[in-house]
Order: sequence, then C-alpha cells, then structure tokens
Amino acid sequence: MAAKPKLYYFHGRGRMESVRWLLAAAGVEFEEEFLETREQYEKLQKEGRLLFGQVPLVEVDGMMLTQTRAILSYLAAKFNFYGKDLKERVRIDMYVDGTLDLMAMIMLAPFQRPEEKQETLASILQKAKTRYFPVFEKILKEHGEDFLVGNKFSWADIQLLEAILMVEELSASVLSDFPLLKAFKTRISNIPTIKKFLQPGSQRKPPPDAHYVDLVSNILQF
Amino acid sequence: MAGKPKLYYFNARGRMEPIWWLLAAAGVEFEEKFLESAEDLEKLRNDGYLMFQQVPMVEIDGLKLVQTRAILNYIASKYDLYGKDIKERALIDMYTEGMADLYEMILLLPSCRPEEKDAKIALIQEKTKNHYFPLSRADIQLVELLYYVEEVDSSLISSFPLLKALKTRISNLPMVKKFLKPGSPRKPPTNAKSIEEGRKISSFNKAAMEAKNMQGQYSKALQQ
Repeated sequence: MAAKPKLYYFHGRGRMESVRWLLAAAGVEFEEEFLETREQYEKLQKEGRLLFGQVPLVEVDGMMLTQTRAILSYLAAKFNFYGKDLKERVRIDMYVDGTLDLMAMIMLAPFQRPEEKQETLASILQKAKTRYFPVFEKILKEHGEDFLVGNKFSWADIQLLEAILMVEELSASVLSDFPLLKAFKTRISNIPTIKKFLQPGSQRKPPPDAHYVDLVSNILQF
Repeated sequence: MAGKPKLYYFNARGRMEPIWWLLAAAGVEFEEKFLESAEDLEKLRNDGYLMFQQVPMVEIDGLKLVQTRAILNYIASKYDLYGKDIKERALIDMYTEGMADLYEMILLLPSCRPEEKDAKIALIQEKTKNHYFPLSRADIQLVELLYYVEEVDSSLISSFPLLKALKTRISNLPMVKKFLKPGSPRKPPTNAKSIEEGRKISSFNKAAMEAKNMQGQYSKALQQ
C-alpha cells in the first residue's frame, strides 16, 4: 500500500496551502513535517532533497517534488482533476495560473513594509474585482454548468475557491457583484471532502500572523 | 486547415521568448503580431482577446491562450516535448519551474529601481552559481544518454573522465538514485523481444528501425 504523501513546509499557508487543498479535495490523507528552525531547513538542503534549495517539498510516489506548480500539476493529474484532454487541460492551466497570480499577491503582502502592504492590499481587491472574478463569473454564465471546465470538478474549481476565500478574508463583501461566484463558492464548499477540510481540526492553515512572518523571515533569511 | 500559430506580444523577449524557443525547437512556423502602442494593447483587450487583459497571447488550434506556463505546457504536450507519463512530466516541471524562477529574476531586472539593481544582480549571480546551474534538465538528459551509451558498449565513456564524474554525481542525487534502483519505473533496454512486441502493437516497424538506427550510429561513432 502506498505511503501517505509527506509535506515539508512551515506551519502556515504560504505556497504549500494549495497543495493541501488539492490533497484534501481528493480525500487523500497526508503527513506534514513543519520547519521551525534554520537548522532543520539547512539539514534538508544538505541532504540534497531540495532541488533548488527551496520548499515546498512533497514526498509522494517515491519522488521528492519541489516547485509548487510541478507538485500541483502532478497531483491534479494523479487525482483526475486535470480535464479529459489537452484542450480541457490548457483551460484549467489558464484559469489556475490567473488565480495563482492573484494569490501570489496575497501571499506576499504580510512580508512587505506597512506602506507597501496597504498599496498591495488595495491592488489585490481591485484586481480581484476587475480582472479575475469577472472572468470566472462570465465563464460560469456562458456555459451554465456547475464547474469551470468540462462539467466536472477539477483543479480549477479548487484553486478558485481557495482564492475566493482568501480575498474574502481581506474584504468580506468582495463577491457582492458576482452572484454566480457566490453560488459557486457555496456549491464547491459543500463537496464532502472540501466541507471536511473547511471544518476546524483539519490540516488547513490559518492566515499568516506576525509570528509566522517572523518565523519564515528568519528561516529563509530575508 | 489550421493556420500558423499567432504570437501577440511586444517586440521584445520578455515572457514570449520561451514560447518562441519551444515552437522553434518543435519545428513549428508561427506569425508574430507585435504590439507597438498602447492602442494596440487596448484594442486586443476591448475585442475580448485577452482573458486576464495580459499578453503573451497565442492563437493556436482555434484557442486564444494566455498565461505563459499554460501556453508552454500546451505546446510541449502537443509536440511531444513533455515526457511520456505524469512522473516524467513532474520531473520536467520541476526543472523548468526552477528555470522560470531564475528567468523571472533576470526578466524583472530592467524594471527595478536603480538602488535595488546591484542587490538584485548579486542575488541572481548567487542563485545561478549555487542553485540553478549546478543542475539542469540538460544534465539529466545527458546522464540518461550516458547510461544508454554504456549499455551499447561499456568502454565508450571510459576516455571521458568529466562525463564519468557527471554521471556519478547525478546518479547519487537522492531522487535519481531511487529511480536507478531495481523496482523503479525505469525501463530495461530495448531488446529483440520488446521489438517483436512493439511490432505487434504498432503498425510500423518503428521500434526495430530505431534500434537498428541507434546501433548504426554508435558503430559509426566508434569508428571515428
């Protein structure tokens, strides 16, 4: 029987959270090793497990995978969340990449200086409401289906839900002009594996706080 | 009949260059539509051509593709440059994503503030020397080839000490080491039996032709 995937990262969202979402959506149990000190991090580097010296690192199916997108693509394909052919896959890739662009801004904000942070947060909300959410609202409107691609639950749906929830943490009313996205959010949140992940006690991580920012800055030394 | 792919971007490297390289490597002819003014970009946006209002955009197979990675993944899959299964794809993705990180640093250099530039260049230099260049897809593919060459004639790389050292070094990386152990997905050499099986499965004697070809080429190399 296959061993559980093992995730190596800090005890926080960062770049690993999307991986946790994907595994949770697939109903796959996983283990986590949390990096709490610089020494632990350096140990992983010295052991040659980090291809470019970085985390996230996921040990899965006998491979040591790094690079967030490589990990996510592999898991999406493995769990059949990647569409049924190349045309569906490229659509999923486009939607996911757009969503990840938005999420990258959110991820960076806590690490910025206060003046920059304000600007970034404003930019995130503006981009969400004018560049990203309208696209997905339109997609859902045009095909009238429950899921973004191919009338089937895919990585694109998982990634979008994660992004919506993160933006809502910054501004609870951000979906007020997007009725279909509101319905989408409810619908996807009610998928049993997702519902479980959204409940307290799951491996979902909380938003970053000052402690997390300090920890990561110290370990990665920036 | 399908037209040539059309690439929409500025007349510069930027984010379109890797796409350009991949199409060129695949031997695909393409057209380039350069954006020369703000109005050009506005028009594309107003016509609804750009999903997230951004370029690069590639018109191919009736699709308007955006997002560099999505485009590269599509082209790589279409022209068989993406490995043969999801595990190979994961390895390729890892290397190309790492390269993309380094590329991004270099890409953003011209647009950063003058005060920051020196620090950024130093960072690129440090990462290149210590993280990225030490290992690339080129190394992996070369080492793979060395194994095959050895299978043909074990003495072939004996006169290449640097290649031997590379082979040892790469083979000892934890991931590669695992892959080289018995029981991994690694395939055995093509032999008469697998050629016969291949013939039964495919309608051409492609496998047989390739094996013969390979042997012929190595014999030629030996004679030189």
